[in-house]
Amino acid sequence: MALLEVTGLSKSFRGLKAVDRASFSVEAGTIVALIGPNGAGKTTCFNLIAGALPPDAGTIVLDGRSLDGLSADKACHAGIGRTFQVVKPFAQLSVLDNVTVGALRVTADVGKAQRAARRVLELLHLDHKAAHPAQILTLPERKRLEVARALATGPKLLLLDEVMAGLRPTEIDEMVGVFRTLNRETGLTILLVEHVMRAVMALAHRIIVLHHGEIIAEGAPEAVVRDPAVLACYLGGAPAA
Amino acid sequence: MNRLFGALPARARAALLVVFVLLLAAPWIAGPYLLSVLVLALYYAYVGQAWNVMMGFAGQLSLGHALYVGLGAYVSAALYVHGGIGPWLGAPIAAAVAALAGAAIGFLAFRFGIGGVYFALLTIAFAEFTRIGFEHIDWLGGAGGLFLPVVERGRLDIVDLRGGPRLFYYLLLALAVGSLLLCRTLRTSRIGFYWLAIREDPDAARALGIDLFKYRVLAAAISAAMASVAGVVAAFYYNSLTPADSFGAAKSIEIILGPLVGGLGTLIGPILGAFVLTGLSEGLRALLDATGHQMPGATQLFYGIVLLLVIKYLPNGIWPGLARRLGLVERER
Repeated sequence: MALLEVTGLSKSFRGLKAVDRASFSVEAGTIVALIGPNGAGKTTCFNLIAGALPPDAGTIVLDGRSLDGLSADKACHAGIGRTFQVVKPFAQLSVLDNVTVGALRVTADVGKAQRAARRVLELLHLDHKAAHPAQILTLPERKRLEVARALATGPKLLLLDEVMAGLRPTEIDEMVGVFRTLNRETGLTILLVEHVMRAVMALAHRIIVLHHGEIIAEGAPEAVVRDPAVLACYLGGAPAA
Repeated sequence: MNRLFGALPARARAALLVVFVLLLAAPWIAGPYLLSVLVLALYYAYVGQAWNVMMGFAGQLSLGHALYVGLGAYVSAALYVHGGIGPWLGAPIAAAVAALAGAAIGFLAFRFGIGGVYFALLTIAFAEFTRIGFEHIDWLGGAGGLFLPVVERGRLDIVDLRGGPRLFYYLLLALAVGSLLLCRTLRTSRIGFYWLAIREDPDAARALGIDLFKYRVLAAAISAAMASVAGVVAAFYYNSLTPADSFGAAKSIEIILGPLVGGLGTLIGPILGAFVLTGLSEGLRALLDATGHQMPGATQLFYGIVLLLVIKYLPNGIWPGLARRLGLVERER
């Protein structure tokens, strides 16, 4: 049984179908990429899974437990860790405090949470900035802080919303390395929305392609990127029948 | 205590000790006028600390905190006048009533997603209609007010809080120090981290598993309970209370000036702000009196000018900059 089972997930905004009967699953211990052109419904899909938006229809099951009707904070307690596409640092708090807030989901002991937060900061190469207020961080650092905070909550499933956007190629490779290590060593399951194909191809075990809210292709990265329907939706033109 | 102050550098601990000894000795050095000014400053330091929990920590702007101070005053005074129940038992009852009121207003606002300016308006509305409501409760003295029996001025009666300014000075000093310790404990525990996270970004806080509703209601209840105790002390210090003075908008504004000027969200800011504002405004009044000027409203005008200057030149308040200059900022490894 898969860690995440999404069935018939739908969401409309004033008649516009952002996500239309999407069904997919994510096996435990894998990295799955959700790709698609702008406006395909990827972020909406994330917000539905993370409880930030209520779905119109469909079910979401994480580790055998239904997430139906759970708010974002309850979804986090159920095991969903998420980052935001537009980063949301706690600007006036120190980098360490930012991550400590996440770690406090696991323990009420602030000392313990701070030690856990330091370990996560090391992992994301942010430990040298621990005492700085988050507002002075550069964009790549803020992206890493988003990841660190979500990781500190001890998620079963990590949802990454375009954490590679705006990073330089070397920084992307560094991030890819971090997620690979995490996945290999802790078995962390990751679902990522990403436009940077360099990262998608390096990370994903499987790719799901969303277009106009519908899943049009799914499978191994090499096969999916050659799929005529996928090429058509990215480059235009009629999909090959 | 060690856990609380161990993190401070030696200079900070020395400075704290000096200030504390001075505060302890003050009633035996200062004359009656200066003592009354100090009582006022400590009162605003304490009540500012209470308000700071809600705005400085949890980011919820309450412009009607006089409601909780007034409730504390009225509940304890009514229990004393009508039921013969002393302030030591009256204070916890008053705190419970105020906490309930704070939680109820918080419940209404946060359940229905009222935030920001609209929440501030709601707090003003509750304070105002409580004021108008109390003006029509004859049992509580109506608009004319409630008076506590004054017995033998100068006699010390700690059980019923009857005594001179020294008694109230030490009582308020204990409250100011106690609230500082309480707020430091709150700030450094999980609840404090959660409050600051909610203040900085509610959506991000929520995604990290924080129940926004629960922690916002908790902030409102704790802040209200703390504020109400200031009301209890004020009732027994002044021996009279009216709805207009207790719940009025002017009172609510006076409560928030200290933390704003001293430094919102800091632990020392509310205390520093209260002393600076009270000291300067009393100094101004003394100066005007000495030079034979009569200027009604001079204090309000002065508060307005100070507030403008602080917002323009020290938007984070006096304390953050001062702490850095004195080398008192905690160093993180």
